[in-house]
Amino acid sequence: MIVANGKPLEEIIEVVKDHRKILVAGCNECVTVCEVGGSKEVGILASALRLHFLNQGIDAQVGETTLQRQCDREYVVGAREEVEPHDIVVSIACGVGCQFMAEEYDTMPVVPGVNTSFMGGALERGIWSERCQGCGACVLATTAGICPVSRCAKRVLNGPCGGSTKGKCEISKDLDCAWQLIVDRLKSLGRLEDYETLAPIKDWTTDRAGGPRTRVKEEVAS
Amino acid sequence: MSLKAGTKLEKVLAAGQFALTAEIGPPRGPDTEEVLKKAEILKGMADAYNVTDNQTAVVRMSSIAGSKLLLDAGLEPVAQMTCRDRNRIAMQSDLLGAAALGLKNILAISGDHQQAGASGKLKGHPGAKGVYDVDSIQLINIIKNMRDDGVQAGGDTLSAKPAFFIGAAWTPLGPPVEFRVLRLAKKVAAGADFIQTQAVYDIKAFGEQLKKAVDMGLTEKTAILPGIIVPRSAGMLRYMHNNVPGVVVPDELIARMKDAADPAAEGLKVTVELIEQVKELDGVKGVHLQAIEAEELLPDIIKQAGLSPRPEV
Repeated sequence: MIVANGKPLEEIIEVVKDHRKILVAGCNECVTVCEVGGSKEVGILASALRLHFLNQGIDAQVGETTLQRQCDREYVVGAREEVEPHDIVVSIACGVGCQFMAEEYDTMPVVPGVNTSFMGGALERGIWSERCQGCGACVLATTAGICPVSRCAKRVLNGPCGGSTKGKCEISKDLDCAWQLIVDRLKSLGRLEDYETLAPIKDWTTDRAGGPRTRVKEEVAS
Repeated sequence: MSLKAGTKLEKVLAAGQFALTAEIGPPRGPDTEEVLKKAEILKGMADAYNVTDNQTAVVRMSSIAGSKLLLDAGLEPVAQMTCRDRNRIAMQSDLLGAAALGLKNILAISGDHQQAGASGKLKGHPGAKGVYDVDSIQLINIIKNMRDDGVQAGGDTLSAKPAFFIGAAWTPLGPPVEFRVLRLAKKVAAGADFIQTQAVYDIKAFGEQLKKAVDMGLTEKTAILPGIIVPRSAGMLRYMHNNVPGVVVPDELIARMKDAADPAAEGLKVTVELIEQVKELDGVKGVHLQAIEAEELLPDIIKQAGLSPRPEV
């Protein structure tokens, strides 16, 4: 899923403070699962904003809505009746949802209420960990199913670097060295000899480095 | 014997002499005096001198510029190049520039992560975007292909082949140690002509790792120069043991430095002993000495270790 972090309330207030009809818009997908932008968090943020305006003696309305998917035009268009009475939307979907809202409502300011962080999963309740950078050319088949692009601080493809010690990364003793994990798993798979193959320099054209990406599935695109 | 670049370091190794490299860290400013002062102290003491590339991710005079200053002062440099700050375009361009300036020894390394910031002693640039387009093993291979085939990583040809003597780093004792030699093998396969290791203090453990390299035939293909950082106090050793990845310092050595009446003098003695011990190991072709920000200590050590004068080649 796409994992995000809530922005500090003060930062959101600074952006919306001159508005009087604010809509907090959540999303039922990834940000609901990572407990930052679903209907529950919409309620919490809206309440906090109401409290702020109340304390300031300002009469402001804070509306709430949660779209099925903010990254899907069908749902974004469908929210028109809820969106239009407001003068700003605080989207607590990921950066994709926030932009899809902005693209649809061209006279409506749409601002983010979260910082979109990474693609990952939950290790346990309340702890999410990065697993993919969307490089567009997956190497997992040769790295025992552990991604050095997203999990190595230096994206080393022939690791580990000299900064790996006791299975941890040089940047943090709390961070697993991806290459230690890879070597350990290659061993468990009985394929340590795979480690001896030199990984060639990576073609980053399919990565974000190659420019913004678009995928077209010809048979369904109209 | 045909030489790849004909540097002094390469010739010393080719002649079967025990090689000696030292390190000169460039200043955090444009002051050439700083580099030349260190050059003056160390001139003639080593075969070649590593010039670090923004080590610990702190901005310093560039390795290539520092290397050129040394070259002009009559010292042979080893220009270090990290993968942290340049993509493959900048790396190859800088390599051609280095070759044009007469710099032929290149050490290809990953580089400390941009968050290192001198381990918190300086601010550094933790907010910098790390490049890491290619890794150190891939960089070694890029340099080799430029030299041997006159071809760039992208496939375009070079108008002339640059002569490089290619170095790489090795962390033999980073726990767990078992796969370290396998990665060394990859560096050798990629084209590393010489290897400078992370500082070693546990000679027995290093010897065991080296034995694996010897058994794999790696020491026939590359020249291994174990690294030794001159210890100056028990605290420094303890700090390195706890905080510098891959540096393992035996308790006895820390205790010895702690009990020493004159730790600085003891550190020199320890260094000389370490040099003598690694010299005895099968597969060692030289030593890489570092006295971080205390280069003035090196001449005495080198003389006491019987490594001065350096061979004429």
